[in-house]
Amino acid sequence: MTNTLHRFSEHYAFEPKPNPAPVEDDFIVFAMATRGVNDDGLVDKYRTFARLALAHNPVNVGDATKGGIYRPQPALNPLAHWKRDDRPDPERLIEDIEGHTVVAAVFSRWEDMEAFVEDVVQADLGLSVNISAPIDAAARCCKASGLTRHSLEYSLGFQGRVERLPDRAVLEISTMCGHGMVSHTFVKKMVDWVKEGRRTPAQAARYMARFCVCGVFNTVRAEKLFEQARTRGA
Amino acid sequence: MRIDEYKCVACGNCIPVCPVGAIYIDPAIGRARVNQAECVECHACYRGMSKEHLFPPMVRGIRRVAKGLRFRFDPEPDICPTDALTPQALTWPRIVRRAFSDPQVPHESTGIHGRGTAEVKTNDVTGRVKEGEAGFVIEFGRPGLGAWFREIQEMTQALAALGVEFEKKNPVTSLMTDQVRGLIREDILGEKVLSAIVELKTGLEQVPTVLRTIRGVSRRLETVVAVGVSTRCDEQGQDRLRALLEAEGYPAYRGKTNLGLGHATVDVRAAGRRWAGPRPSEASL
Ligand code: SF4
Ligand code: SF4
Repeated sequence: MTNTLHRFSEHYAFEPKPNPAPVEDDFIVFAMATRGVNDDGLVDKYRTFARLALAHNPVNVGDATKGGIYRPQPALNPLAHWKRDDRPDPERLIEDIEGHTVVAAVFSRWEDMEAFVEDVVQADLGLSVNISAPIDAAARCCKASGLTRHSLEYSLGFQGRVERLPDRAVLEISTMCGHGMVSHTFVKKMVDWVKEGRRTPAQAARYMARFCVCGVFNTVRAEKLFEQARTRGA
Repeated sequence: MRIDEYKCVACGNCIPVCPVGAIYIDPAIGRARVNQAECVECHACYRGMSKEHLFPPMVRGIRRVAKGLRFRFDPEPDICPTDALTPQALTWPRIVRRAFSDPQVPHESTGIHGRGTAEVKTNDVTGRVKEGEAGFVIEFGRPGLGAWFREIQEMTQALAALGVEFEKKNPVTSLMTDQVRGLIREDILGEKVLSAIVELKTGLEQVPTVLRTIRGVSRRLETVVAVGVSTRCDEQGQDRLRALLEAEGYPAYRGKTNLGLGHATVDVRAAGRRWAGPRPSEASL
């Protein structure tokens, strides 16, 4: 599955509004090696990439084979229902990188993404690096960093039986896990809980993030969308 | 996936977590069950939920008392209190479901690791898609609907009729019996997966025809289709694809940009290895 490509926004609305505001809070940068070409010292290269990312306020960082900085916990005790430790664990992420994978970092501010890309250029790891974001935002970043884009892949959005899909707010949150591990029904349930005041938008966003196995779920964007759903209705 | 009848305390937490809605409480036994026809073996429930390992009779007792007292307890919604979700051993053809649905397993059932190729994500070192070419990734079932191979075959047949060439290192291609006619093996046509990707490459001039064909077939399917189209930029970093897409009415808004930072760091001859190409399991972003 081409995991970060088709993140739903109003630009893909099936009856688009005339001029939807551009998405300004969702930028993913990921690194990927090719076997036998640039995979020498790979673990160190990926750890360097992740550490550089962590210096620029990422909202999530992930290893596609192990998960993100928010992970499910295999052995909780009942106290979790009153006082759960739901802080991210970036050190565990770095520690667990062990070989071929894709390491991704998600940013909610263009400036953070751009500063990270500058660092990655300097580090010259030899890995293939892609920005998954609105194409024009990525182009702006390339210009700022003095890079010439090599290749592009456009998402054309969803077609077919789109009427079977849930509403915009739910889709915007659920498609931030491109592998489909964040269920629409779970998002709907959490929207209701946020509306009822049983959970905060930030808590709801973290529940979702644990299901995203590559760590590309944008918790800050999800939090905003939960908040919007709470006040505007979804 | 199966649910251990002894362990399950019917808390219902796993029900909304399933991307395809395959879990339900069976009133006859007072436990959660998995509808095996709908379950795509994605393991979102098993892997994504945190676990407690509480003693099931004790939890049932507490739940009964709480219910009797009309005590409202607000548990964490992503925990299975008794670790009752139990992956099952899968055999052919059902094993295909897991290979296409669980992002963390290699595609052993198809003889190919991973679920697609690296597309243009590593194009700076592989040169897979060249200037003047377009690479297509056509994904079925996502988000949240799932797709049957019978539906995917409807598309591959229509695309094959255009004379396209399917990507060889792609799992769907590896399950085809006749690439010229776009036919997929009969014994898996009744299997449902969370998502599957068909990949092919054409010249840029064929982009409008391929897009129209995809759009036409999509309307006949019961699921959703998400399309990605890629190309190599010229020396100035410009591309001819965007205009073609916009002329067909597609919003060329979001996508992936390969920054061109990849380069060889391994001396292939010194390392005594042959380049095996990207392993698609490393390519799922
Ligand atoms: S979460 Fe666990 S205990 Fe609760 S219904 Fe599901 S399987 Fe049963
Ligand atoms: S394996 Fe996936 S489809 Fe099957 S019950 Fe679990 S979440 Fe649902």
